[in-house]
Amino acid sequence: MPLRFQNRPALVAYLTCGDPDLAITMDIALAAIDAGADVVELGVPFSDPVADGPVIQRASERALRHGTSLLQVLELARKIRKKSQAGLIIFTYLNPVLRMGMEKFSAAAQDACVDGALITDLPVEESRDYLVEMQKRGLATVFLAAPTSTDARLQQIARASSGFVYAVSRTGVTGARQQMPEDAPKLVGRLRRYTDLPVAVGFGISTSAQFEAVGKFADAAVVGSAIVEIIERNPGKEAESVAQFVRQFLVSGRQSSALSR
Amino acid sequence: MATAKIQLRPTASSAGRFGVYGGRYVPETLMAALDELERHYEKAKRDRNFQKRLNQLLHTYAGRPTPLFFAQRLTKILGGAKVYLKREDLLHTGAHKINNCLGQALLVERMGKHRVIAETGAGQHGVATATVCALLGFECVVYMGTEDMRRQELNVFRMRLLGAEVRGVDSGSRTLKDAINEAMRDWVTNVRTTHYLLGSVLGAHPYPTMVRDFHKVTGREARAQILKAEGRLPKAIIACVGGGSNSIGIFYEFIKDKKVQLIGVEAGGEGNAWAIMPRASAAVRQACCRGPTHMCCRMRLGRFRQRTPFRRVLIIPPLVRSTPG
Repeated sequence: MPLRFQNRPALVAYLTCGDPDLAITMDIALAAIDAGADVVELGVPFSDPVADGPVIQRASERALRHGTSLLQVLELARKIRKKSQAGLIIFTYLNPVLRMGMEKFSAAAQDACVDGALITDLPVEESRDYLVEMQKRGLATVFLAAPTSTDARLQQIARASSGFVYAVSRTGVTGARQQMPEDAPKLVGRLRRYTDLPVAVGFGISTSAQFEAVGKFADAAVVGSAIVEIIERNPGKEAESVAQFVRQFLVSGRQSSALSR
Repeated sequence: MATAKIQLRPTASSAGRFGVYGGRYVPETLMAALDELERHYEKAKRDRNFQKRLNQLLHTYAGRPTPLFFAQRLTKILGGAKVYLKREDLLHTGAHKINNCLGQALLVERMGKHRVIAETGAGQHGVATATVCALLGFECVVYMGTEDMRRQELNVFRMRLLGAEVRGVDSGSRTLKDAINEAMRDWVTNVRTTHYLLGSVLGAHPYPTMVRDFHKVTGREARAQILKAEGRLPKAIIACVGGGSNSIGIFYEFIKDKKVQLIGVEAGGEGNAWAIMPRASAAVRQACCRGPTHMCCRMRLGRFRQRTPFRRVLIIPPLVRSTPG
């Protein structure tokens, strides 16, 4: 299934699976999609999330406390797919995938009918086996592009990516920031030279004003920590709270871009 | 304690691979910095001025060469082999760590960076890093688990005395594993101005190779010294293994000597299945953590868990086999 970014800007919502538990993650994912999220990134909790800030670190710790595994996340994806046709991406660190085996992972991902995967700490140079297995099964391989990536690297990233390219808005870890750094538009501009794929911008986007700003130069924005924090702060009403956030976020974030069209 | 047979490979192939181990598994943001570091390191290796300056500092500042001491009474008590001790403890700051810190600090100078970060467990690497930063005038931040800070208060004091900022890490197990994670997060944020001075033979290429190269001076000296003292090579070399820098330092120059047995000894933990993992082969699989693929002590699901060491000195989850450690 192709990843679709019909809305501009599209919203990619990240969830740490298993926080607070897998059943609630499923409710949250469906509620977020219902509220307008175009793609859901199903985050696999990991013990050493070096690319993540404190919010996702805490969520990962909570999810790992009751043993959330990659296999369970894939099972969750399959259940979500039965109820929704929205884009689904497995978002993970490499180690759980390596432990499962590339072939088994991509077969399980295909079986769960997800659209693709993003492995945070797998740079293009090391991705040969992964690409072979994923491409064989028609699964998208989303790679990260960073403001520090050289043009030569961006070219490689563009070539290895399918589905979309994930542009990291700034150097640093995930987590909300007040402003959109200058790095992001420049990086997206550089990326466009090498690819026609949609570009999603992530890391630090938490407000509709930022979402609107990203919409001016990118196809989609990824919102992670802001959503994960809402889940943390609203025990017992996680799904409603996320749905409400997403709805408001989209209404105010797309308002002016709709007007300008 | 536990022992494991290790396949030794003397050199890394392309992209820092040692057989199935090694490589680079880090977020994209760090890739350009690793390329830059590798480039500078490769140049420095061939640069006579760099090598001359490093050797001079090792000699005049760190205190190399260190003696090889014949431990007469220990030999008598043990009643078998003649025991020699390579006295790396006599180096400035009290451990071999200074070899690598001096080497990397000179690279920091070459790269034009001015801020250095490091992780430390017991504090030895932190002290050595703080020392070279004071020597060359770099800003220095050391990440240390709060549990380790409590256990190693004196080293925290030493680092601060040397002008370093020690940042306590309160996440996870509050020990070395978490300090490394936090240092990585700092690096990913400040990579344009900051060098991560890694103290173990782990991390992404070129770190394992580079750390090994800066430490191999120990084995080179020991080889010449034992030949002078005994007129022959030793039957065995025994080294403790934590992050691997000590052991590879003394092993490396002897790898080509097939008759010299190289024995690494590591803390084995407190008795549950994963803690005695070197023997529990089912638990030892290829793993990737903060850079290269390592043999790691891991749980069933591919996550890392803090090891419970026999002695609470070196606390680190990955058992580095990428370079013989």
